[in-house]
Formats: sequence, C-alpha cells, structure tokens
Amino acid sequence: MSAKMAIIKRELQGYFSTPIAYVFIVIFLMLSGVFAFYLGGLYERGQADLSPFFNFHPWLYLFLVPAVSMRMWSEERRSGNIELLMTLPVKQSDLVLGKFLSAWIFVAIALFLTFPIWISINYLGEPDNGLIFASYLGSLLLAGAFLAIGSCISVASKNQVIAFILTAVICFLFLLAGLPMVLDFFNAWLPQFLVDTIASMSFLTHYISINKGVLDLGDMLYFLMVISVWLYATSLVLDMKKAD
Amino acid sequence: MIECKNLSKVFNQFTAVDDLSFVANKGEVLGFLGPNGAGKSTTMKMITGFLQPTSGEIKVCGIDLFSDPIAVKNKIGYLPEGAPSYDEMKVCDFLIFIAQMRGIPKEMIATKVDEVIERINLNKVYYQRIETLSKGYKRRVGLAQAIIHNPEVLVMDEPTDGLDPNQKHDVRELITSMAKEKTIIISTHILEEVHAVCDRAIIIANGKIVADNTPAELENMSKYHNAVTFDATIDFSLLEEIKAMGCVRDVEYDAKRKKTTVFPAQSIYIFDEISGFLKKHKISVTRLSMEAGRLDEVFRNVTLDDVKEVA
Repeated sequence: MSAKMAIIKRELQGYFSTPIAYVFIVIFLMLSGVFAFYLGGLYERGQADLSPFFNFHPWLYLFLVPAVSMRMWSEERRSGNIELLMTLPVKQSDLVLGKFLSAWIFVAIALFLTFPIWISINYLGEPDNGLIFASYLGSLLLAGAFLAIGSCISVASKNQVIAFILTAVICFLFLLAGLPMVLDFFNAWLPQFLVDTIASMSFLTHYISINKGVLDLGDMLYFLMVISVWLYATSLVLDMKKAD
Repeated sequence: MIECKNLSKVFNQFTAVDDLSFVANKGEVLGFLGPNGAGKSTTMKMITGFLQPTSGEIKVCGIDLFSDPIAVKNKIGYLPEGAPSYDEMKVCDFLIFIAQMRGIPKEMIATKVDEVIERINLNKVYYQRIETLSKGYKRRVGLAQAIIHNPEVLVMDEPTDGLDPNQKHDVRELITSMAKEKTIIISTHILEEVHAVCDRAIIIANGKIVADNTPAELENMSKYHNAVTFDATIDFSLLEEIKAMGCVRDVEYDAKRKKTTVFPAQSIYIFDEISGFLKKHKISVTRLSMEAGRLDEVFRNVTLDDVKEVA
C-alpha cells in the first residue's frame, strides 16, 4: 500500500472513530432534506428536478465543511504528531494530498447518502438524470474547493476554533465574489478588469452554471485549479509553520 | 553513522543551535546533555529532517540529507519528545499504519509488527486504544514505531522522561541491547542515564558544544575526581594536618554527618595516603571511599560558565 493510501485510510478511520463523522452526516442529511422540501418547496413546485436541493448546498457547506477541515492539520500540530509524520520517508505532497483526499472522500460519502432524494424524485416524475449527475459533481467540486481552503487555514493555525471561523469567512468571500455586496467594495478603487477578475472567481457563479446542466469544462477546471492552488499554499504554509 | 558539520539554526534572530559539528559512529550510543532550551531537540529535529538548518551539512550513513531526504528518513528511526501518536488508534493499527508509511511490503507487515510487539513487550495492550494507555506504555509504543523498520540510526528525544524507575530501566536495557549494530543518539537531562547507556556524551549549552567526552572523562573533569571521603569523628587539628599534606588541595568537613571529603591536588590518586594517615592516628572509620567524580557538578560547571562570564 502506498503511503498516500495509508494516510487516506488512517484519516478516514480517524473521522469515523470520533463522533465528528456521524454528527456531520446526520446534520448534513437532515438539513439538506429540510432545506430542499421546506425552503425550496421541492414537492410543491411540481417539477421533477432537484435544483431546490442543490441550491442550498453552498450554504450548508459554508459551516459544515470548515468543521471537517479545521482539525486536518491543527490537531497534528497541537499533538506533536506532525513531527512523527514529517520524519517518515514520505513526500510532503503525499501528506497534503492524502489528508485532503480523505476529507473529500468523507464529504463524498455524506453526499452519496442523499440518494433517497434522487430515488424519490425518480418515483415522482421523470427528471433529467444527466442533469442531476452534473449537479452532484458540481456539489462535490464545490466541497473540494472549500476543503482545500480549510486545509490551508488549518495548517496556519493551531487553534481549531480560529481555523473554523477563518475558513468559513474566506469560503464565504469566494462564494459571493460575484455578488454586488463584494464587488461594490472593490469597484471604488480597483480598475474594471480586476473587478471582473474577482467576479469571475465567484464559486457561486461556477456552481450555478454547472447546476444548470451546462457541463462546461471551464467550470470544472476552475474548481480543480482552486483546489490545486490552495493545496500548494497548504504545502508552503506547512514548511513555514511546522516548527512552532 | 551521523556526520554534522557547522550546523546552525536561527529562529527569528534567536540562535538555537550555533555552529555544531560532531560525528556519531556505528555501535556508539551518543548522549546529548544540556539544560532545557540548550538546543538538543532542535539538533535532533534537524538530523531527522523535520527542521531545515539555517546553515551547515548533515550526512546520515554517508547520504546527504538535503540531496536525498527520503533516503535518509528511511535509515532513521525517531522518537520525538513526548512520544506523540494517534490517541484514537489501537496499538496494532498504529504500528501497521507506520509500517505502511515506511513502505514495508504488505506481506512483511504482520511479521514486523509482531516482532516489534514481542521485543517491546506490548502484547498486553495490542488491541487497546492508545489514549487508554499509561505513560510508560505510550512511550513504549513510541519506541516500537521508531524501530519497526530496524533502522541503522536511532534518534530518541528524552526516551525515559517521565517514566518510573522500572520503566526507565527497561528502556535503557532496550537501548543497550540495540547499541551494537546501530548508531544511537539520545538526549537527556538525567545524568545517571549517561553512565547507564552512553558511550560518549556531548554537553550542549546555548546551542554550542561545551564538552565532548566519554562519561569517565567527564568525571575526570570534576573536582571530586579521586577525592576520598570518610565518615569518622575527627579532631580539627588532624584535619589541619591532612590539609597540610603535599598531595591534598582542600578538605571539606560536614559536621552534621561527620563526613570528611579530601580533594587531591591535580586530581592525583591519594587513597593510600589518606587511609595510611587514618590508620597511623588510629581513627576508627565507619566508611571510606574514593569518588570517580560527579557528573552533575561537571554539568553545572560547563553549562553555567557562560552565564557567569556575562554576570
């Protein structure tokens, strides 16, 4: 078994040997259902699609994903395990990637467990299952981007509470980068092309466009790029912060 | 074999390790001694590849640490300070995880884990979660993960810190049993440990090496080296007479315990002279002994030197 696989397996076992995993999954399943049916009016709309369900995912992830990512590295630094990990004959990139992938797989498991809603909608009508698949993919990519941000913040702070709050705030900014509330702040003092750049970085814009069924390679690449950049940053911060 | 050349580490203008050079050979147990904050742990963290030195060179088994860190890490077993491990894991799972991370082939893992469990005597806690273990067992788990791949070099940061005397004895015995075929570095601030396990001791103070000797040589540096101690009721006039002897530098008398210590001039052997003198004056002695030297006194002398100079 390669070192990366060993880390992924250990981390996943770590999630499930503490209550975090079960609390996360139960809350995620309950809230995603409640939001879809009560706030989104999934049933009353009389349309066979899952957009009311997927529309609320960014907001759920906003406070649930930081809860998963906050201990990814800060716990290792606090307990001193980081010294153990980083003196094993393993590349640093394998450590960073392994930890990130295990968190992503964990969120994917939670997402997979929402399948009853997919069965329900197929029972009620004839939805576009291709679109639903694309939406699941978009939701997973969005969670991955949040997790990568969380990984970087977690390595920068030994304190899990600070890691949680900072991750949530930064994810919030990235999510809403395309909305006036963020753009107005930059409009006043940044040239137009930079404001446009910020607007184009909005997670929400890319997420919605995937949700519409426009499986544009660009949107997916965008999320993968965000993940790579933040994981690279994680590696850099790890080098700076591991000693203190 | 470990070679360190001009090793330095600076943390935001604070020099933790200052131009350290030493070689540790195979079959040798090298002890790092020094007050807390002297730079022992920092040096070990650099040798094991956790910290990047500010300057200097490290070679382990002839391999340069900076050109091939993975190869070097393969050769080293490391027990970090406090023996960290994953609390929520079972002992067996933790050791299997380490074995996988160390790239031990799948079919060998079970054998290796069993071997190390046997060697460190972890049978009783094989299926226990690490968080439920006592301090001694936790330390042993740390030791087990450090030697699971039978490394050529073993680096242990305070391996006996916080253990009870029996556990200390066990750990020392384990270190001694492995000493022949490995290069071992341990850090400690317990001086008896130097005698018990080390072939050589390096005393570090303020990031610099202040002494690099065998434990016996270190004792020779003590003013107690070859000093003669006896317990007897003795007149002050006789003490003055002893003091006046050519081979004697000084005499100390502890009135409460009736204990006299005679320090020789130039650390020469004066046991015969003193015992002859006591016989001649028919003094009944309840105890008469010669000291090898006191490590704690040497330790204080060499590590406090700098402080005195400044003050």
